[in-house]
Amino acid sequence: MTDHATKRPRPLSPNIQVYRPQLTSVLSIGYRISGVALSIYAIGLVVWLLSAAAGPEAFASVQGVLVSWVGQVVLFGGTFALFWHLCGGIRHLFWDAGYGYELRTIYASGWAVVAASLLLTLAAWAASLIMAVDR
Amino acid sequence: MIIESSHQVPRTTLLDRFPVPKNFGVAPESRIGRGKAWPAPAGATRVKTFEIYRYDPDSSANPRIDSFEVDLDDCGPMVLDALIWIKNKIDSTLTFRRSCREGVCGSCAMNMDGTNWLACTRFISDMSAPARVYPLANMRIIKDLVPDTTHLFAQYEMIEPWLQTRTSQPEEERLQTPEDRENLDGYYECILCFCCTSGCPSHWWNGDRFLGPAALLQAYRWLIDSRDEAKGERLDILEDPFRLYRCHTILNCTRTCPKGLNPGKAIAEIKKMVIERRN
Repeated sequence: MTDHATKRPRPLSPNIQVYRPQLTSVLSIGYRISGVALSIYAIGLVVWLLSAAAGPEAFASVQGVLVSWVGQVVLFGGTFALFWHLCGGIRHLFWDAGYGYELRTIYASGWAVVAASLLLTLAAWAASLIMAVDR
Repeated sequence: MIIESSHQVPRTTLLDRFPVPKNFGVAPESRIGRGKAWPAPAGATRVKTFEIYRYDPDSSANPRIDSFEVDLDDCGPMVLDALIWIKNKIDSTLTFRRSCREGVCGSCAMNMDGTNWLACTRFISDMSAPARVYPLANMRIIKDLVPDTTHLFAQYEMIEPWLQTRTSQPEEERLQTPEDRENLDGYYECILCFCCTSGCPSHWWNGDRFLGPAALLQAYRWLIDSRDEAKGERLDILEDPFRLYRCHTILNCTRTCPKGLNPGKAIAEIKKMVIERRN
């Protein structure tokens, strides 16, 4: 190896900078992001419960944030992350058992995860809004 | 869009590439600059532009993207034909590997329009405009489109891709029933083009220790060979948080395999074997 070559390492060809996003990779990264988001939401859940334990004033202030439009948007995102991660998790369980590896099945189950998590999120919010109106 | 086979070229996607800066997380020596534009020869009517990754190890310059105008009336139908046309007619220094020109040897694996495939079996008409041609993703580049595959072949060697026997040498060949031979269908056809390993995000981030889909597919091919008698030792090599378990079932490998094989399935079966032998 010449001095020239030792001084100058070979360039690394681009990976994520050029590789086309596909359902396979996008759902995989989405599954991870939703998992991280859910652990943050879990902290929020603990804060909400602690405020309830701390007394009516603390609970009212946390509740006030949650019912504001910002809080509602954040909660909607949390619901979607929950169902997205749940559906993706079920898909992974099938894979771990050795099923669903045909390319056609991979894509069908992937789109099913997208559709099911959207529908479940909308259904959960519709149900909770109806209950809120009834009350 | 449901993809039925890895041969399908994606027609519509929301994004051509992930929304990260072009030189996102890239070491100084790997940053890509702007290169030359090579016009089509005079008189060319049907012209397609190819943006091609160039790197010259003999200069001190960084990699760059050159754009070539290819005269489609003077050129064969495949991306490899376009590369050969450029080398013959425009710039003889353009460097790439090729041999069989029919998807058998795996030499001309590269990243075209963002996915890994063989240049000899990808139609120019299936390429976007301009067509984007890069070397296999996440590889040390020797020159232009030629990646250094030393590490990948070292990983392949690690899974000991040869028949291993413990029983005494028989008088005749070690025979295999047609049924046992059929078990290898879909696994033995691998041509080691490394489209899958180079397209695996897990291998991008942990390629130093994760064996990657190509090596693991071959590991499975030997694990299920009825004549092989080293299953335990093979699983010992593989049972490791990185070598095997960095596979997170992303399945870019199965999506990209130019031979239509299923590394994702093979890796899942190896994981099952590791669990089952504990019982």
